[in-house]
Amino acid sequence: MIELTDIRKVFNAGNPNEFVAVRGASLVIAQNRMTVFKGPSGSGKTTILSLIGCMTRPTSGRITVSGREITSLPERFLTEIRQRTFGFVFQQFHLLKGITVLENVMLPAYPSGQRHLSLREKATGILHLFGLSAKMSSKVEWLSGGEAQRVSISRALINDPAVIIADEPTAHLDSKLSLELMEILGALKREGKTILIASHDPLVSESPFVDLVVSIRDGLLKEVEERK
Amino acid sequence: MSIRKVDVFLLSISVALCLFAFIFVHASLTKKSELPALRENSKMVRTLEITDICLFTEARYTRHLSMADLHTPFQDHPMSLEHFPSGALITPPPHLRQYVQDR
Amino acid sequence: MSRIDKHRNILDFALSSLLRRKRKNIALVIMYTSLIFILASVIFFTEAIKREACILLENSPEMIVQKTMAGRHDLIPDNYIRSIESIRGVQSVRGRLWGYYYEPTRRANYTLTVPEHFSYGTGYIAIGKGVSRTLEAGKGDLVPFRAYNGSYVSLEVADVMTAESEIISSDLVLLSEPDFREISGAPGGFFTDLGVRVRNAKELPVIADKIRRVLPDTRPILKNEIVKTYETIFDWRGGIVMVILMSAVFAFVILAWDKATGLSSEEKREIGILKGIGWETSDVLWLKFWEGAVVSLTSFFLGVILAYVHVFLASFILFEPVLKGWSVLYPEFRLVPFIDPFQIMTIFFLTVLPYTAATIVPSWRAATIDPDSVMRL
Repeated sequence: MIELTDIRKVFNAGNPNEFVAVRGASLVIAQNRMTVFKGPSGSGKTTILSLIGCMTRPTSGRITVSGREITSLPERFLTEIRQRTFGFVFQQFHLLKGITVLENVMLPAYPSGQRHLSLREKATGILHLFGLSAKMSSKVEWLSGGEAQRVSISRALINDPAVIIADEPTAHLDSKLSLELMEILGALKREGKTILIASHDPLVSESPFVDLVVSIRDGLLKEVEERK
Repeated sequence: MSIRKVDVFLLSISVALCLFAFIFVHASLTKKSELPALRENSKMVRTLEITDICLFTEARYTRHLSMADLHTPFQDHPMSLEHFPSGALITPPPHLRQYVQDR
Repeated sequence: MSRIDKHRNILDFALSSLLRRKRKNIALVIMYTSLIFILASVIFFTEAIKREACILLENSPEMIVQKTMAGRHDLIPDNYIRSIESIRGVQSVRGRLWGYYYEPTRRANYTLTVPEHFSYGTGYIAIGKGVSRTLEAGKGDLVPFRAYNGSYVSLEVADVMTAESEIISSDLVLLSEPDFREISGAPGGFFTDLGVRVRNAKELPVIADKIRRVLPDTRPILKNEIVKTYETIFDWRGGIVMVILMSAVFAFVILAWDKATGLSSEEKREIGILKGIGWETSDVLWLKFWEGAVVSLTSFFLGVILAYVHVFLASFILFEPVLKGWSVLYPEFRLVPFIDPFQIMTIFFLTVLPYTAATIVPSWRAATIDPDSVMRL
């Protein structure tokens, strides 16, 4: 369970280009649910995901993950929690060019010192689940949009995180692939994972798998809509 | 299962380290085997009263460095160009430089 | 175990990164290796020559007395022998005869020497291997020498000195006193210089002083000065060695500068992604460290090993034109490998460390960025 209390995030504080991305947000995110953060670009939804996912610290306010406050933890512990708890799927996929699909998927786990063999097995298993076994040794430049999408998700799963965070995952996908994506995320939810998505795509927010829709505008949570 | 890049690299570095260590072994073995020749040469230096090794045979002041008189290292003009490449490699012997100071 | 695995993983990725820009990095390794090769070769060679020369010349005469006139080396008369013999502490004084012979047909210089005991007698010479090569003459051959007055003196080769002794004997022509005087024109009663033996070696400087006082136009040269001459040969203060060292230093600075002037946007982006997927700042820095270490360690080992082979197994062949210069007679000798681990360590610290540091330092800034920034890339 993730709890946000009065979160405020200011970028470039004190500089002329100071920007308040999130101003006073409070929210409770239940486990094993799919939550969508809806809103126009610049509304702060990416920042909220970033804050939840321990990618950055709030300027003020508190965040607790599973009852543990993470706001003031030093970087090392923060990274550890992030690695164990969260898996990210970026809008631009952000796969590393010039290395294989398999290596891309294993990459997040490299610094943790896991034995290479078991890591490789895990990665191979995940890729197999997504039907990418044939593409394991391909360089990422040769993948189609849908394949890249699935590799991106595979990478997010390598550390077996409890929470999957996806930022505008359907931005570069057509309707068919978008629906496919929601299917995958729904399946992951069924397996017990918590899913958080930031999107302004109605295909996402209207999806039957969604449990909660949070509308954001100008850094403030405007509306919280429970589905079902 | 294919071999990892890192294992190939670590193997290569180990080989290189072995070769590296071998250099020292080779050097000391060669030194030992050259010892009799070195002793013979030392004897020759003594009997022939040799004062310089035969390295640069272009001119007398390059051939007999330690015997060179004051005149020759500054033979032409101190600023003049060297005749031979060896002049750029070797400096006047220290006792010559000191000789100038003593005077 | 997990620490080792962690570094193996990071190193594996570092290798992947380097292989992605294969051509650039191979060129880098080649350049770097060449640099270290040249540096190490010069260091190995100069050190080996120095040590061998000093070991051999420890056996050189204790004191040589030269006569000078107007700053130039002049022949020394035998009455000087008697003056020196009378000095307390002097055991014996010997008139030495040696000089140079220039052969115009082959344009080679030989050193004529009259040893204390020349067993072959008048009419014969013993020659060094280098002389034998240049003259294409062996045992039994007759060699004509042009004397000072234009006439010719023919001497028979009685012996050719060994190849192992080339470092000291390559250009020597040993002959008898009468033959030497006939060729050089040095009049009887005059010698090239004097060899002085003393009873107590500790008194050498004192005796040298006395000689200078008694005979002001003489210049005593002591054994330690002879050895010192070769200790400082190829000194870094001298010409070309300095140029080579400076060039190497500049080359390294340029290499490191190229690295240190910041990362490309591509590299920055990649670091951002790594941080976004869970890598810590320290992990990124380890990655950069390994990237630098792979290149510099590879080059270091290759360069030093090749340098050793070059200097001690291939007789410093690439630098031969520099050493040979204008001389016709160049000794063929195999150097005894005297290598100093301290110098190898110095090469290591001067080359591997700066390059590795130059790879890490510019990445510092990029490595410390908020992972959040990857969301906005």
